[in-house]
Amino acid sequence: MADFEIKDVFRETRVFTSRSIVIGILMMVLIAILLTRLFYLQVVEYDRYSTLSKKNRISVVPRAPVRGLIFDRNGVPLARNIPSYTLEVVPDQVKDMDDLLDELGKLVQLSEYHLKLFRREVKRHARFDTITLRSRLTDQEAARFAVNRYRFDGVELRARLERNYPKNESAAHVVGYVGRISSRDLEKIDNSLYRGIDFLGKTGIESYYEDILRGTIGFDQVETNAHGREVRIISSTPSVPGKNIYLTIDSELQLIAEQALGDFRGAVVAIHPGTGEILAFASTPSYDPNAFVYGISNADYSALRDSLDTPLLNRALRGRYAPGSTIKPFMGMLALKSGVSTAKKTFCPGYYTLTKGGHRFRCWKHSGHGAMDLHDSVVQSCDVYFYDLAHHLGIDEMHDSLSLFGFGSKTGIDLNGESAALLPSRQWKRGAKDLAWYPGETVIAGIGQGFVLTTPLQLASATAMLANNGQRMKPHLLLAEENPLSAEKVINPSPALGSGKWKTEHLEFVRQAMVDVTDSARGTARRIGAGSPYKIAAKTGTAQVIGIKQNERYKESEVNPRHRDHALFIAYAPAEHPEIAVAVIAENGGHGGSTAGPIAKKVMDYYLLGKKPEKKEDPS
Amino acid sequence: MSNKTWLSIDWALFTGLFTLSVVSMFVLYSAGDQNIALLTRQSIRIALAFVVMFAVARIKPEQLLRWTPYLYAAGLIMLVIVLGVGVIGKGAQRWIDLGIVRFQPAEMMKLAVPMMVAWVMVKKPLPASLPTVILGFIVVAIPAALVIKQPDLGTAILIAGSGLVVIFFAGMSWKIIASLAAIVAAAAPLGWYLIHDYQRQRILTLFDPWSDPLGAGYHTIQSAIAVGSGGIYGKGWLNGSQSQLDFIPERSTDFIFAVFSEEFGFIGSLLLLLVYLFIVGRSLYIAIEAKDSYTRLLCGSLAVTFAIYVFVNIGMVTGILPIVGVPLPLISYGGTSMVSLMAGFGILMSASSNRWFMH
Repeated sequence: MADFEIKDVFRETRVFTSRSIVIGILMMVLIAILLTRLFYLQVVEYDRYSTLSKKNRISVVPRAPVRGLIFDRNGVPLARNIPSYTLEVVPDQVKDMDDLLDELGKLVQLSEYHLKLFRREVKRHARFDTITLRSRLTDQEAARFAVNRYRFDGVELRARLERNYPKNESAAHVVGYVGRISSRDLEKIDNSLYRGIDFLGKTGIESYYEDILRGTIGFDQVETNAHGREVRIISSTPSVPGKNIYLTIDSELQLIAEQALGDFRGAVVAIHPGTGEILAFASTPSYDPNAFVYGISNADYSALRDSLDTPLLNRALRGRYAPGSTIKPFMGMLALKSGVSTAKKTFCPGYYTLTKGGHRFRCWKHSGHGAMDLHDSVVQSCDVYFYDLAHHLGIDEMHDSLSLFGFGSKTGIDLNGESAALLPSRQWKRGAKDLAWYPGETVIAGIGQGFVLTTPLQLASATAMLANNGQRMKPHLLLAEENPLSAEKVINPSPALGSGKWKTEHLEFVRQAMVDVTDSARGTARRIGAGSPYKIAAKTGTAQVIGIKQNERYKESEVNPRHRDHALFIAYAPAEHPEIAVAVIAENGGHGGSTAGPIAKKVMDYYLLGKKPEKKEDPS
Repeated sequence: MSNKTWLSIDWALFTGLFTLSVVSMFVLYSAGDQNIALLTRQSIRIALAFVVMFAVARIKPEQLLRWTPYLYAAGLIMLVIVLGVGVIGKGAQRWIDLGIVRFQPAEMMKLAVPMMVAWVMVKKPLPASLPTVILGFIVVAIPAALVIKQPDLGTAILIAGSGLVVIFFAGMSWKIIASLAAIVAAAAPLGWYLIHDYQRQRILTLFDPWSDPLGAGYHTIQSAIAVGSGGIYGKGWLNGSQSQLDFIPERSTDFIFAVFSEEFGFIGSLLLLLVYLFIVGRSLYIAIEAKDSYTRLLCGSLAVTFAIYVFVNIGMVTGILPIVGVPLPLISYGGTSMVSLMAGFGILMSASSNRWFMH
């Protein structure tokens, strides 16, 4: 050790000693604090704490709040709570669990499944927690147990509220369902908010608005006797019920949309263009959410999950479909924006080539449309015009401008798991596939084929944007929240998502072309418009599911049903003052005009005229 | 050196520590549902810890001073390794696995940091000047930051505390202390935003445990009921209903004082606190009598750190401090911090048997 300065040993000792005195005093103060606290708890407040712990044990029992209800826009219940008897066990108060379960099994039905579930829950919870053994007891079972209750320490019969979905399959993808809190949920949630609550929203609105619907738990301080039975409640903090939710959905319209889809796999999304309120959000096939509430059996779940028809998939939200010709009105807006003259004509010989003698991109009309301008190309859905347009715009320009309609990104609707689908660009292809972009890919993107994918929700939202003079509203399902105690309603605002700064004359041009789709002699959806008391602006679409070879012709009757074309249809009405915008996709439905169009028409008829479709459905 | 001290035992200190170990056995028997296996495991741990203490007590203070920088450097390297492994393993990592034993570098730092700070302090005459104080702060800050990264805020605070106490003992001027206190007070609101939600919740429930009696407030309420219902004389050994009926979570570890206090009452708690006070007092006395400044500073820090452990644990059980995972020294079940604690007492014993004026 190299000491260059001389140390004053006595000074150093003095410094340390004086500091030690300070520390010593501090220690005394800390000890005094602890002793004061102990004196306060054990002597001053002794009586209070003694009663709390003595003889009769006092425990704090959580009281689950009533979950908020879900209604449609007209107050029709979509999710409600109905009373049901449950058997609940506190393992800590049970002497011999196996014996108890055996004896209980003689009074109420306890399947292997219930027992397995119960044992798993026992392992996961603290011993003094209450665990549900059986729910939905029949009246007889409840009565049998009530008579024998004295034999079962630690078992309680309770009337609980059970979630129920009165509309069953209808709107199941929107409303979603609640299920038992699983161990995976436990990692995500704040446990203290869920004491005494066994269920949480798993999907749909039930999941998205979980925090609103759940409510706040209350707790009672209860005195229990030696058997753990509650003797009396000492004090109680009431739970606060969850808020009721009103959806923008019209449950009648929803049902009509679902029935109109019939046996098709597909989706219908109807939006109010001025507000972005979702009026109908149908996805078929659907499932019964009630099955999930108390745990669906493995076999039933696998059947749903593995079904080729994927009933669990919310097609409206997550289905990714080539938009086909429904992209054309939006391509039209792009053309006008980039200065293409409305008088410019492209000759359609029935096909399009990039180079002489090169690959032939076919028009759906093999004989060709002849010379076509933009208006007629939308009305008659000429493919060649849009092949040429896309080729001249280029994929990056298409990407940037189509994204202004919301294609390629999530709409931000209040449901979890929305798909952004895909709006391709050179950059995307380089990143995702590490491949260069080919000109041919731009050409087919011009008619909504190739890499371009959209969700039904995106299509409806983009259509609503055209209907709403280029102003895009955020699609949403929450209409209002209601405090169930005060019946006070808070309306959810309808935020705008920014406009693409489209010119009015451009919008009017495209909108007129869409009206002429249903309202002119050559319109591809003239049959939809025929005899309609209101004017409809629409566009048909047919999206290829499998590629067709150069010299082959697509014949519907010869193709595997699951390889048939998807039928698409977008529309809004009335054309002058739009109140509803609809997108329809019928998987493997064939032609948009003939399959998807009538579905959209039924939805619009009901919404605008109150007209219900005739009961007799055409079995297709 | 006289024959009496050939084992380098400070008998007063030993008596205090041994008393605590015996108390620990009794409380654990009650808290652990009269589980003999648990008791056996704990006694093996205690025995090992005492062996470590005796071994360290044989090391002369001069030797410790020489090893200090190497010990500190080795500790830093291991902290970095642990962090690195943690990053690769994508999770909190506090251990180095040596195959047979798992080693926690942060525990070693509880000793190495005060040693290193003392080493820095005694390079120049005391009271410490500003540059020395600043150097001391740096020595504290580096390992503390590494431990926070683990993340283990509680241990980091204890490590930092043990180092800062040394600087305080070294005579850091009151002006610096006052300005630091002012800075801490000013930064407190900022800290409120930096800590995690659950940490904030713990502080809030301290003021009103009944706001969340089943969640954050549960421990506080149940242990307050246990302590309070113990009364003056306690409910008697093995008769604490709160403890025996499972109302107190973690009653063998962090909340063992609630069990003790319920069963032995205010009188018992008072006596236990006196035992702790005796140990701390004896340690401070050893520090004052130590033969050089380095040993003095180190022993003073060890005494104060031990006192902080006791205060924080009992404060948390009686509901005047937020709940942090600090066990009650030498009473709680578990051996994580016992070895470093007893190694500390070994240093104190070594200091005691190498005093200036041998009696």
